Amino acid sequence: MILVEGVSFKYPSGVEALKGVSLTVKDGEFIAIMGQNGAGKTTLVKHFNGLLKPSSGTIRVDGVETTKTTIASLSKTVGFVFQNPDHQLFSETVEQEIAFALKNFGFEEAVVEKQITWALNLLSLEQYRKTSPFMLSGGERKRVALASVLAWDPQILILDEPTIGQDHEQKEKLRQFILQLQTQGKTVVIVTHDVEFVAECNPRVILMNEGKIVADGEGKEILTNTAALVESSIVLPQVAQIFKKLEPLGFPSNVIDIYEAKDLLLNAWEKQQR
Amino acid sequence: MSIFDGLKFRKVYSPIHNLDPRIKFIYVIVIFVAALLLGSILPLLALFFLQVPFVLLARVHRQWLRSLRGALFLALFILSTNVLVKWASAGYVFLIGDLESSVAMTLRFVVLVESFSVFFLTTSPDMLGLALEQSHVPYEFSFAFTTAVRFVPVLAEEAQTIMDAQKARGLEMEKGGFMKRIRNYVPVLIPLIVSAIRRSLELAEAMESRAWGAAKKRTNLYALTLHRGDFAMLAISVIVLVLAIYIYLFIPVPLVSSLF
Repeated sequence: MILVEGVSFKYPSGVEALKGVSLTVKDGEFIAIMGQNGAGKTTLVKHFNGLLKPSSGTIRVDGVETTKTTIASLSKTVGFVFQNPDHQLFSETVEQEIAFALKNFGFEEAVVEKQITWALNLLSLEQYRKTSPFMLSGGERKRVALASVLAWDPQILILDEPTIGQDHEQKEKLRQFILQLQTQGKTVVIVTHDVEFVAECNPRVILMNEGKIVADGEGKEILTNTAALVESSIVLPQVAQIFKKLEPLGFPSNVIDIYEAKDLLLNAWEKQQR
Repeated sequence: MSIFDGLKFRKVYSPIHNLDPRIKFIYVIVIFVAALLLGSILPLLALFFLQVPFVLLARVHRQWLRSLRGALFLALFILSTNVLVKWASAGYVFLIGDLESSVAMTLRFVVLVESFSVFFLTTSPDMLGLALEQSHVPYEFSFAFTTAVRFVPVLAEEAQTIMDAQKARGLEMEKGGFMKRIRNYVPVLIPLIVSAIRRSLELAEAMESRAWGAAKKRTNLYALTLHRGDFAMLAISVIVLVLAIYIYLFIPVPLVSSLF
């Protein structure tokens, strides 16, 4: 569980990136943090594993205050996958890349070996075990980066912009993958602009703007809240846009899921036929 | 990475910022030569303090101090290796003269860092490129140079991100002995170099698709001309150089310890 209480953060350059943010991330939750560039999303999640320490306020991860421990020990619980895989890949083979973190955390050789195989299978990278990560495509590199964090099986997983540069199929795989983590009881926090991806996943949504939380709640409720979305410069998901237009005809306006939309429209059409 | 902060240009208007970059460069070279000529504490201290009025005039003291702080580690390294080597080569005896020359070596390094810092803090990359071009350096070279300077802060920021990403994978930069600490930089340097190369290839393609180098003869929007301040700065540079050569040739500089 991550407990954020009244956290403010100022960069050395003087930019105030967070202004009194409070929130609770419960175990097993799936959260999407959204907002425009510079809203403070990445700054906020960088506090979760101690990469940044709050200027004021406190953050507790499983009861431990982040200022009283190291990034390395926090990272064991909170896995953080950065936006750009090229900012972390450096090893000669994919296998070594995944072993890097495991060795840093001091796992035994046998465990390292086992976890590498497990992580490679999880992200269908087994055939690239001995390949150089630099030879892989963008999407594959992104998966290697993800595997290199999942390998130590952190309880909480933070994904910064996981859908950037991914085609639709990869996004769908990512969604399935997050759902799979969910069933294992893992906490997943994603930082993203991708409103359609969030609409498909339907997690708890936190909207941020200028270092503050603007709205926090069920995806269905937040992603159809035009006022809050406008404030944080996010457009409505396409399904929600259609249903906003259909509202005068008696349709509900808070629809973001494509299957729910299909059912509603089919029912209405069948009613007409009769 | 804080040493890079001392090289980052910020747009401010001050008498120092407005000086002709060519003159400022001559000044930096003069300080450079003077620091190499004068290898003892007193004149190097004088050179050190000579920069302070310029820093204050340019209102960049904060960034300048930060760059000095960034150079601290290297300065301490230079000091300690000098002291150790001299101590060992003197037959494991500690001589006050040796200590003074070690301090002077360190001071020389600090003077070089500070003068370059003042230069880069007060000269925009564009002006630098202009200065090179007007000094008849081929445009390809001056462009490569200004691009390199312009990308220093970008790379510094990228290095920070990479460090964060590796720390999130359990890398502890400050852990281990001296060699281990140096090895800790490998996971940071490789991604940094790879992405710099990738970026430069992309930049080259993007530039070529926008017809870079199509015009054989280029003209500039601004032309550099010398003003009164530039001549004053040039005069100061000449005086410093003449003085440095004079002291080097004719005046034996006393040790600080012999003054007491």
